[in-house]
Amino acid sequence: MRHRFDTGDKVIVLELNKAGHVRTPHYVRNRVGTVLHRCGSYLNPEQLAVGDVGGPVIPLYRVAFDLAELWDDYQGNPGDRLCVEIYDHWLEASPDLRSERFHELEC
Amino acid sequence: MSDHDHDDHDHSHAHEPLVVEDEAGNVEGQILVDALMNLLVRQKLLAPGEVRREIEKIEAPGAHLGARIVARAWTDDRYRQRLLADGKSAAAELGIAVGEAQLIVVENTTDTHNLVCCTLCSCYPRSILGQPPAWYISKAYRSRAVREPRAVLDEFGLHIPDHVELQVHDSNADMRYLVLPVRPAGAEGMTEADLAALVTRDCMIGTAQAVLPSS
Repeated sequence: MRHRFDTGDKVIVLELNKAGHVRTPHYVRNRVGTVLHRCGSYLNPEQLAVGDVGGPVIPLYRVAFDLAELWDDYQGNPGDRLCVEIYDHWLEASPDLRSERFHELEC
Repeated sequence: MSDHDHDDHDHSHAHEPLVVEDEAGNVEGQILVDALMNLLVRQKLLAPGEVRREIEKIEAPGAHLGARIVARAWTDDRYRQRLLADGKSAAAELGIAVGEAQLIVVENTTDTHNLVCCTLCSCYPRSILGQPPAWYISKAYRSRAVREPRAVLDEFGLHIPDHVELQVHDSNADMRYLVLPVRPAGAEGMTEADLAALVTRDCMIGTAQAVLPSS
């Protein structure tokens, strides 16, 4: 599976309501973030957890979120960020335009 | 796994006990493990000493390995750049094998501070830092590090000034993270080995800064 997103793309984290072992924390679901980095492709932990090691591999991304957007009462610098790894199938392109702000940043 | 709903967050976090002991000091999990091991040895599926040797292998890596990587990056700028580009390859240059898929090195500067946690479980760069400390795997740290990281760092005795941007890395999948701390001022003439001695485990998680022994 090829990477659908690139550094700087705005993405929304899906709420797939999957039961069992998942790696997408609840606190970023339905939130808009920005792709920081393509991490390569890996076996899906949701399948690994039930002993299915046959693949296929899935692209993994590091996605950044403004902490002040994640938490209404966040105290800190407006630039404070949360970076988390999200597998491709939990992401969708955000209708927002590409973020200029994150484009130059490396995390 | 754990409860990820932080809406009812409060500030009375008791750290849950890591082990449960009965009045005789027996660890419940240990009793179960011993019974299983006895069975496996009796069935000749396991040789005595095999488990101990595996535990030794798991416990052999320690923060000294990460400290060597940091000290090299402090003294060799081209190495530092290679480390930031590809942590695993740069560690391999020093003969340090990173067992995890990839190592992402995040650099602290005067403008940016990095903090690593794993909200889902206890993902940690074990091959270069050893086993994680108890607080790292506590539910309190795991939930609060992404919710109120500045307050958490204050409790570690590390105040991050308002003008410094904080980057919290929730290490929950295939990547592992190493914080490259700021080299302390006044450490200019020190050897690489002496510099490595300044680099503590907590510096490389982001809950401390590297300091000279006198300070």
